Amino acid sequence: MTHEFESAMKQLPSNLPCNHTRVGAVRWRQSAERFHTDGGRLLTLWGSDDRDRDGLFRIYAAYLLKEGVAVVEHEMEHGTTPAYPSLAETFPCALRMERAIHDLLGITSMEPDHRGWLRHGGWPQTVFPLRRDFDGSQQFSVNSQPYPFVQVEGDGVHEIAVGPVHAGTIEPGHFRFSVVGEKVLRLEERLGYTHKGVSKRFEEMSQKEGRHLAARLSGDSAVAFSWAYAAALEAITQTACPPRAANLRALALEHERLANHLGDLGALGNDAGFAFGLTQFSRMKEDLLRVNLSTFGARYLFDFIQPGGVASDLPPSAPPLLLDHYHVLEENVSSLRVIYDNHAGLQDRFRESGILSQEMAEKLGAIGLAGRASGVPLDLRVDHPCSPYDRLQPKMITQSAGDVAARVQVRFDEIFESLRLCRMLLADFAPGPIQTECSLAEPGRLGLGLIEGWRGPVLIALESGPDGAIRRCHAHDPSWQNWPLLEYAILGNIVPDFPLINKSFNLSYSGHDG
Amino acid sequence: MRAISFVRQFVEVVLAIAIAPLFAGWIAQCRAWLQNRSAPPLLQPYRMLRKLFFKDAALAKDASALFRTTPYVLFGTMVLAAAIIPSLVTDLPLAQVADSIALVGLFATARVFLSLAAMDIGTAFGTLGARREMMVGFLSEPALLMVLFNAFLLYGSTSLPSLVDAYRVHQYVVDPSVIFAAVAFVMVALAENARIPIDNPSTHLELTMIHEAMLLEYSARHLALVEWASSLKLFNYACIGFALFLPWGIATHGMDSGWALPVAIAALIGKLVIAGAGLALIESLSAKLRIFRAPEYLAMAFLLAVLGLLVHLLLGA
Repeated sequence: MTHEFESAMKQLPSNLPCNHTRVGAVRWRQSAERFHTDGGRLLTLWGSDDRDRDGLFRIYAAYLLKEGVAVVEHEMEHGTTPAYPSLAETFPCALRMERAIHDLLGITSMEPDHRGWLRHGGWPQTVFPLRRDFDGSQQFSVNSQPYPFVQVEGDGVHEIAVGPVHAGTIEPGHFRFSVVGEKVLRLEERLGYTHKGVSKRFEEMSQKEGRHLAARLSGDSAVAFSWAYAAALEAITQTACPPRAANLRALALEHERLANHLGDLGALGNDAGFAFGLTQFSRMKEDLLRVNLSTFGARYLFDFIQPGGVASDLPPSAPPLLLDHYHVLEENVSSLRVIYDNHAGLQDRFRESGILSQEMAEKLGAIGLAGRASGVPLDLRVDHPCSPYDRLQPKMITQSAGDVAARVQVRFDEIFESLRLCRMLLADFAPGPIQTECSLAEPGRLGLGLIEGWRGPVLIALESGPDGAIRRCHAHDPSWQNWPLLEYAILGNIVPDFPLINKSFNLSYSGHDG
Repeated sequence: MRAISFVRQFVEVVLAIAIAPLFAGWIAQCRAWLQNRSAPPLLQPYRMLRKLFFKDAALAKDASALFRTTPYVLFGTMVLAAAIIPSLVTDLPLAQVADSIALVGLFATARVFLSLAAMDIGTAFGTLGARREMMVGFLSEPALLMVLFNAFLLYGSTSLPSLVDAYRVHQYVVDPSVIFAAVAFVMVALAENARIPIDNPSTHLELTMIHEAMLLEYSARHLALVEWASSLKLFNYACIGFALFLPWGIATHGMDSGWALPVAIAALIGKLVIAGAGLALIESLSAKLRIFRAPEYLAMAFLLAVLGLLVHLLLGA
């Protein structure tokens, strides 16, 4: 069977080695189990309504394996309710994705949890916005129903409902704590408040325009998403990005990583009541954003990466200026690291808070930064380096403790590693074009773009339509995998430590809700 | 009792109400400087109060009379407390009926009202804050009483004006127990006024709040009064500290020269400037404690105060 399975695999256009295969319902489950025993990760699930083409619904699963990415496709007849076997038993993180797919497409996994995930009463239960016969301009009145949270019962147990509107200016999400005194017995998240219908919007755009929307899926990962989009489109059109443009992309991606890590380290200090850390790191982040403005032409790099290359070249004055800036930044971060590491009060808050053990992280399918802090060594830049990372040889940075302190240390280490990569990139700049023409993709081609953003791997699955249109575009943020981790990391901790633990993961609401 | 005493009493109370927000503004300014930020203007707290007094109050549907009256009770108790603390003069007609034990009781009254009001609305955060506030309160009150007993052992009175008067007589005696008591007092004052390391007055994280969680449902004039009462409480604590440990410059009984009051005002402002900077320094250097470390912290304060008593009894007698 194994042999049969592998021989059925075809190459799929991607910036990573990527295989594609079509399976039936039984194989759908079996392949997941096999990838799981081989140490693979579920990257994402997405569905597609192809009734206009061949009367079928399709569901796709992308797995990250040691040798690359495997995409498994399963077709469903359009019965009353198209259904497919759930993968949640093998990969727990699949559950929410399956619920989201049901809300958008009306194809269901055979899984008992049928509570809406993205649908908060914004559209009727019988309407599925991602189906082809749904008109995106339709309006519905909001009809919100109570959401049945799992109840914890017992002596002295009570619930604390937090959000979606918080006391501070942060994104909306609801957290339901079941507590005894201050101790958390259970946390249940409810997300989807920032669902914007991004997938539907993509289908109204041309392949050229799509990059603008991709960059805006989650503002803090603009470079990662726009690179993933460009990589997917370049893969299906077989466009090669010029080396100079690839270097510039990597430079922008590392700058994005730096800016986010700096902001997070400051916020983590502040959440532990150490406001000095916040002001110092905020200043460094602001300096970096200003450097971005002078080198890339924008503070946040929303439209820097385009299919076929990048929007602008470095000004000639930039390299020495950047090197100076890296030097200052490195010194500042080093001295602040000493302060953070030696501050008894801060370390008391960081250590042993929100522990996510390696075993749990493996079981739940943790990826990205949060996974690396729990001893799960996964980093696309190291494991499957695409140009120019194959030349840079980034170091894998991991910690084993899995607590807030470990996530802080990973951020510190990654800042220094990113600075090293940036310096290497600058030393390695050969003159050349920064843009090639990206032709129109022929219709019905599926391609994958996968880039390690600061939070973890972001994925864009792009299917081309006729005349340069987008038939289907699925964007996946690593927050899908990592939000459920938080529910476990908080167990046994006390309620007032939650904001700190949450911040140490710093997951995206917008990227997750789509 | 002379009319001039009542005039001085009146001046002291009005001054306390007037400059308490200024003290809070000064601390905020020092904190900003210590963190390399540009500081908000010194008068920012007054602008805040003015803004709040001009807004329309929104009340929760289930709010009872208790919720509505609590801001006035809080403000009233803090004004009353300011009236019996010798911040400028010791010749206080009101202070004769209430000693420092009664003062602790006044603070407790305010705490009970605020906690009840927070639970009155029935939101999770109000109850959370009230519960934590009571935990901090029941640990900090005994520590504060122990500090006051230290002073009692030294000067033979629990009335703050008498303590200051007595200090005038024995001012060259420096007792080692005072140092223990002073450290314990600073620790208690930080905890009682919702400062770092026990609480964070500038946090926006509703799950970590203690004091702020109880105020979440207050708005407009109610919020203004509660905020004003908080800054008065901080001012009062500072003045208790000055009366116990730094009573220089306070106009004592029998000082009738026209200069006594201006000197007292100048001394008070000088001390507040230094105390505010010191408080900001402590806050900037520390992180917030995990909430379950608060009992350890307050037990430490209690222990230091008891050590002060023992030092006095064993060495000083």
